[in-house]
Amino acid sequence: MAKDIKHEIERANSEAARRMVAADPVLVDIAPAGEVIPGFKDKMVLHSGPPVDWQHMCGAQKGAVIGMLLFEGWAKSKDQAIKILEDGAITFEPNHHHQAVGPMAGTITPSMWVFVIENKTFGNRAFCRQVEGRQQFGDYSQEALQDLIRWRDIWAPALRAGLRQVGGLSLKPIIARALQMGDELHNRPNAASSLFANAMAVPMMKAGVPKEALISTVDYLAGHELFFLGLSMASAKATADAARRIEYSTVVTAMARNGTEFGIQVSGLEDEWFTAPAPPVEGLFLPGYGKQDAGLDMGDSAINETVGWGGFALGGAPGILSLVGGTPEEALSYSREMQQITVTTSPEFRIPALGFEGTAIGIDVRKVVQTNILPVIDTALAHKDPGHPIIGAGLVRPPLECFRKALLRFAEKYGLT
Amino acid sequence: MKTELEELLQNGPVVINLGVREFAESLQGQGVEVVHVDWAPPAGGDTEMAELLDKLL
Amino acid sequence: MEFVDVKELRFLNRVEWIGSMATGYAIRRNLYLDSVFLMQVAKRLSEEPGIEQVAALMGTEKNKRLLVGMGFENTEILSAGPNDLIIALKGKSPSSVNAILDNVDAWLLRKPSGLDKSVSRTLDQALVRQPHANLIVISVPGDYAASEARRALERGLNVFMFSSNVPVEDELSLKRYARERGLIVMGPDCGTAIIAGVGVGFSNIVRRGPIGVIGAMGTGLQEFTTLVHQSGSGISHAIGTGSRDLLDAIGGISTLSALEALEADPQTEVIALLSKPPGAKTLVLLVERINLCIKPVVTCFLGIRKYPSEMDIRFRTTHTLDEAAALATQMAVGKPAVRTAIGDQELKTLVARERARMTPEQKYIRGIFAGGTFCYQAQQVMRDAGLVVHSNAPLDGMPGLADPLRSVEHTLVDIGADEFTQARPHPMIDATLRRERILAEAQDPQVAVLLLDFVLGYNASPDPVGDLLGTIAEAKLTASQRGGFLSVAASVCGTERDPQHFQEQIRALEEAGVVVLPSSAQAALFSRMLALSLQA
Repeated sequence: MAKDIKHEIERANSEAARRMVAADPVLVDIAPAGEVIPGFKDKMVLHSGPPVDWQHMCGAQKGAVIGMLLFEGWAKSKDQAIKILEDGAITFEPNHHHQAVGPMAGTITPSMWVFVIENKTFGNRAFCRQVEGRQQFGDYSQEALQDLIRWRDIWAPALRAGLRQVGGLSLKPIIARALQMGDELHNRPNAASSLFANAMAVPMMKAGVPKEALISTVDYLAGHELFFLGLSMASAKATADAARRIEYSTVVTAMARNGTEFGIQVSGLEDEWFTAPAPPVEGLFLPGYGKQDAGLDMGDSAINETVGWGGFALGGAPGILSLVGGTPEEALSYSREMQQITVTTSPEFRIPALGFEGTAIGIDVRKVVQTNILPVIDTALAHKDPGHPIIGAGLVRPPLECFRKALLRFAEKYGLT
Repeated sequence: MKTELEELLQNGPVVINLGVREFAESLQGQGVEVVHVDWAPPAGGDTEMAELLDKLL
Repeated sequence: MEFVDVKELRFLNRVEWIGSMATGYAIRRNLYLDSVFLMQVAKRLSEEPGIEQVAALMGTEKNKRLLVGMGFENTEILSAGPNDLIIALKGKSPSSVNAILDNVDAWLLRKPSGLDKSVSRTLDQALVRQPHANLIVISVPGDYAASEARRALERGLNVFMFSSNVPVEDELSLKRYARERGLIVMGPDCGTAIIAGVGVGFSNIVRRGPIGVIGAMGTGLQEFTTLVHQSGSGISHAIGTGSRDLLDAIGGISTLSALEALEADPQTEVIALLSKPPGAKTLVLLVERINLCIKPVVTCFLGIRKYPSEMDIRFRTTHTLDEAAALATQMAVGKPAVRTAIGDQELKTLVARERARMTPEQKYIRGIFAGGTFCYQAQQVMRDAGLVVHSNAPLDGMPGLADPLRSVEHTLVDIGADEFTQARPHPMIDATLRRERILAEAQDPQVAVLLLDFVLGYNASPDPVGDLLGTIAEAKLTASQRGGFLSVAASVCGTERDPQHFQEQIRALEEAGVVVLPSSAQAALFSRMLALSLQA
């Protein structure tokens, strides 16, 4: 009996890792969320992390939600927005319940344009909104919303036109190259952002995007080093979702935080969340901010670590380790440490600094609990109160409790207790 | 067909050492391939988890 | 969701002749690898025997033109895209090309570099680094040892389990599991093994040779293997089984596995089996199996009183470890062993010399042992002459010590027993406990002879004799200040190949006035003769 379940788990986990490795994310469209994300309803706001209601949301996520209500025109002022929210007129659901992910507060509403990624190997789709440094951190000022409006009215449509011109863009080659150019695709997606801009410039011209919009869009891409994070997150989501719902698998299919709770999902445990209080982030602050301002860990971006990027690929991106005052050796040891809690390493995503070893892929809940080695996650820092832009960046590890709970649930489901 | 034990006797040991480091060092000194595991109690000494892990891992 | 079988999509190998060269290629779809890395792969491939030309590149238009220029032109290569990896080879023969193509993914893996410096925290991580491992050495605390051993067995590893305090039911289930799969569990509480010349745990450096030995006693294996070495023969393998293996609760599972493996092993010509007395049922079973063995078997069951009656000519029993070593050597090399025992006359002379300066009240033997087997064997030697000895690890029929810290009349103490080693290093590594005990014994005016053992080899103290020399001198001085004479008898278990300088160790003892005997059994015999002569 005991032997059989171990065998089943190994088999299931190999399959989960195989699916993650075999995933082939292709950017097929950029479109308004309401048109493409399944299950979207009126007056619905999707958010990052496990489920949370307005009362329990952290300050930054509240600020971001206020921003979205203003952006959608559902409210004319901050006060009106808060009234609507307190009246319970808005439905909240996690992005992860809609095949979607979002950075930081992760807020997605119907008019927010999202990346549409199709995993060509398995046919599943995933969605992510664009990355910016203000509204998603809880800043709902006019200025903050300007970027969302330009994204909706100029940049996203221009990119969509270019994308249609080339019939979709395969992201795996960009990701593999970027990992070898010093990116870890989370806090540092600079190379990937450039590669993406290079790939899209000519198609947008060929598609006949009007000159002014074209210049604005190329300028936007050229100046936005974090642009590709939205694409890497959507790719990671499309990759991880292919490994969902494999019976007996103890592989993590999502790690996500809402600034109040950290939650994980596990392949062999349907779509159940295993949560614990969100931990504080260890990091560096932008001028004018300090530890006393920091909110707790937030965002769906840990989907990148779920598939072996971000903190798992730190060995190839030692440049950003200075965020926590680390050395290149530490960066390498983070990446190697992660191999101890995963099913395998990627045959395709290799890191030159690690002697071309692959990135660790397929977090195994059992190994995390066994070793007490927790996944290392790169992240940005938001303020604890609404109304602020990005305040810093750093590293964080999930609470062990999420993994303990998942393991107990696993034992219960598979008849071991 | 040879058993695993017969293979061990024929080919000599390739070792994983779990625990006392000196055992690994004396094997390394004999030119044996050894990987030493820096062992710690599983699940950080959480016995409920360790018992569960025995069934699962 | 439809899941495509990726393996089918991605694997594509072909070999054919083009001109005088064998050519072949492999395509891996949608596997992007960096060109610098691929150049390294190509360089390593080009250094393989029989390989003339190598290209490892992504299927871009430019690269495909390059391949066509090299003579690789077919629809599969031409249909490869910029995200498909192509490895193309030219070699002197299809076999040299195939040798690489059959294993092309291994060439695309990079052997992890510098990993030895980073730490493995789990068995599985260690197995990633050493996938060919065939043996695990476990010395974690007893509470954890069984589950780690099971994990290792499940992954196909033989187990050497140094850990003690493992429940007997765990030992049984581990050994059954192992036996069903052709694996062995050496232990728990296994201190010694020599596998194909490699010493594991506490072991000595001995010549390789035709004698295979199985032992349920760690220092017993060390004594046997070193004596075989000194007799001029050598050891094929020495397999420890753990001290409880031949009890009826376990039924000799590991002993039987070891016996079968040594029977099948071409290096082994003679098999020796060392243990305390097996359980009654297990002994019957074991004798039956030994009688079927195609190779001669020598047994030494220390402390046994009665063997079953049915004994085959090949089944040769011996009484002590040195007899077992001598007989096995004689059977293996076909002539009497090099003499490692001293004669009766010599012993008598030594006894006379040592007792000459003793006072009338001196009469007792005090054995202070590092090796448990030596303590046990010495009790047997005493019992044979009707001497009653007290011990914290008593032989069947001998009285136990009420307080292990206090000797009574003739006393033999195993300082390596659990009551002494809880949270302390073993006396083979740390002599502190033996020092204290020797000095305590020296305070007793009735003590005539101290019986000691010194164990050399891997993982033992770097200078076991040096650790005790000062203490021995002090003990002798204490006795002489009383007007008596303390005789000290010792044996040194080791070989001249051991790291501790075997001859130097003996010489240092002799210079300190210690009577050094060639085996532990003979040191016990000397002490017995001395005690008996003092009694008379």
